[in-house]
Amino acid sequence: MPTATLAGIEVHVNDEGFMTEYDEWNEEVAKALAANIGIELTDAHWPVITFLRDDFLAQGETPMLRRVASVSGVPTKHLFQLFPKKPAKKMSYIAGVPKPHGCI
Amino acid sequence: MTDTATAPAAPIVPDFGDDDAERKMCFIASKGTLDMIYPSLIMANAALMEGVETHIFFTFWGMDAIAKKHMDDLQFTWMGNTAMHPPGGSKVHMPQGMAGLPGMTHLATRMMRKQIADLEIPEVPELLQMIQDAGGQLWACKLSADMMGYTEDDLMDDVPIITAADFIELSADGQVIFT
Repeated sequence: MPTATLAGIEVHVNDEGFMTEYDEWNEEVAKALAANIGIELTDAHWPVITFLRDDFLAQGETPMLRRVASVSGVPTKHLFQLFPKKPAKKMSYIAGVPKPHGCI
Repeated sequence: MTDTATAPAAPIVPDFGDDDAERKMCFIASKGTLDMIYPSLIMANAALMEGVETHIFFTFWGMDAIAKKHMDDLQFTWMGNTAMHPPGGSKVHMPQGMAGLPGMTHLATRMMRKQIADLEIPEVPELLQMIQDAGGQLWACKLSADMMGYTEDDLMDDVPIITAADFIELSADGQVIFT
């Protein structure tokens, strides 16, 4: 399993670069992950990232965008602004959870 | 593979395709049954999630999906569909003659709606709203609107009526998918 050094911490990642160990994540790691894909985290990003992590823990899987929008209350339009083009994948990458699987 | 390097390699970063050439997909939705409208809507939504510019052109019976009067009441029948089996992977074919019995379309529609809901797939109006929120553009066909007596007021918000020629023009640099 490859590793990556992010914010001075060595974390486990999969072949694509998504983190595989939930507990290796922290906010500094998140900032480094975001920087890797050209996103600077702002106050608007954090509630989404926190929701993703909490929901992953509660549900055992990464929520799809529809669930993020309807349960976290951040509208889809804003999600596209915060995580441009591929919000579902980008937000899960930054939140240190697996890529979401599912069609909706 | 040779020896693995000892120096820390650059972190693996997923390729989100941000630098790829812009891709564009244009769906034509020409049918208004539940089972024929979902494929284009699900694919359009998936395309948007992948950062692809997405358009859907509703024409003919597909107009029902964006007509305020009908969009939440699309139906399903297995008449003429020999691939219809009872739910649960049965090998049995549903008899075609049965599809024509009174009340059968209502029953089949109710069953399909339940299956769709069980998979947490949104109803058509909500899915269309999601597509619009994600930046997808919906269009209505002028000839169909004229034929059915619709104006833009009869359609869901933000669905301009355009001609077939307009659609051909706007889809010139896209992939066109007819459903």
